[in-house]
Amino acid sequence: MVGLVVVSHSERAAEGIVEIAAEMAGDTRIEAVGGDGSGGIGTVPDAIEDAIDAAADGDGVVVLVDLGSAVMNADVAIELSEVEAVIADAPVLEGAVNAAVAATDPSATLDSVREQAEAARDIEKL
Amino acid sequence: MSGDEPDGDGAAVVAAVEAVAERIERERDHLTELDSAIGDADHGGNMARGWAAAAEAARDLDDPDPQTVGKTVGKTLMSKVGGASGPLFGGSLVFASAELDDGIDAESAVAFAETYLQKVEDRGDARLGDQTMVDALTPAVHTFKKSIETDELPPLEALAKAVDAADRGVAFTVPIRARKGRASYLGWRSVGHQDPGATSTLYILEELLSVAADRLDAEVPDVDATSPTIPDDAEGDEEAEPAEATASDPEDD
Repeated sequence: MVGLVVVSHSERAAEGIVEIAAEMAGDTRIEAVGGDGSGGIGTVPDAIEDAIDAAADGDGVVVLVDLGSAVMNADVAIELSEVEAVIADAPVLEGAVNAAVAATDPSATLDSVREQAEAARDIEKL
Repeated sequence: MSGDEPDGDGAAVVAAVEAVAERIERERDHLTELDSAIGDADHGGNMARGWAAAAEAARDLDDPDPQTVGKTVGKTLMSKVGGASGPLFGGSLVFASAELDDGIDAESAVAFAETYLQKVEDRGDARLGDQTMVDALTPAVHTFKKSIETDELPPLEALAKAVDAADRGVAFTVPIRARKGRASYLGWRSVGHQDPGATSTLYILEELLSVAADRLDAEVPDVDATSPTIPDDAEGDEEAEPAEATASDPEDD
């Protein structure tokens, strides 16, 4: 299966987003990671790399990110990790929910899950 | 690795890293102040934490070569900074340090500088004029390269000119609008503020210059980015300033 990682500057935000997405995620592995490594707001590549490795389940990992440094540090983590992983250019919460649903499709691939996550950019709320 | 020279280039790089760490610690509140105006107020703390850990890691190396120091410092920054400055300063340093595998000379220093700038641009997807550290780095790297390759200045003088170029770049971040980084969320409100990452980049370059002068037992050359050097067109340019004022080698002092 395709795994998912949610990266936020706030560990609690990442965990909360995972909590919401997991309702739709079936058996999909979905990991939350965030914080500057010393209790503050931020992101660090080592922790993201660990999360990618933990989410890996054979078919690659789609990474959802919030702001600036989350994108850059996820980039670095993907370069460091042995796992095939891609960043979805999507809003982090809606993208995570979309990706969770897409990942439960038996024919899901890394590309199909990322595309579904990115389709969240077009979600209209009103 | 040729680690048989205890006072070699590797030791100089370690000294530079320690000087940077001390400077960043001294400027911590100022950097945070700049960042709180247009960002998330973490630049001073993040950089101070990262560079303190980097200096410690560099000190722990046993008689290292410059490349090893650079990579160690870069990796430490990446894992300790906790923000965009980790991959930008640290990741770029790891990458650019590969240019120093034969040690530091004028040529490898230019290659290092160019690679570092390229990596920062790529990773941050930032270009000149986006109100980022690229605005300090670009003039510094261009001035350094030209001073070495075209003007054939002594490296210390080239570095002194590069530091002034970075200073001008920092000033340039003030009147322009942020297009990248957290400040870009402020839109037009970012105009009128000095970029923290450009500022810390300047501090780092100032410390490199100071340590380089110290190691060469030379005064910091009194030059700026516009100082006349060897005339750009030495054959036909009668109006150029006499070259003698700046052609002296600081190592002769």
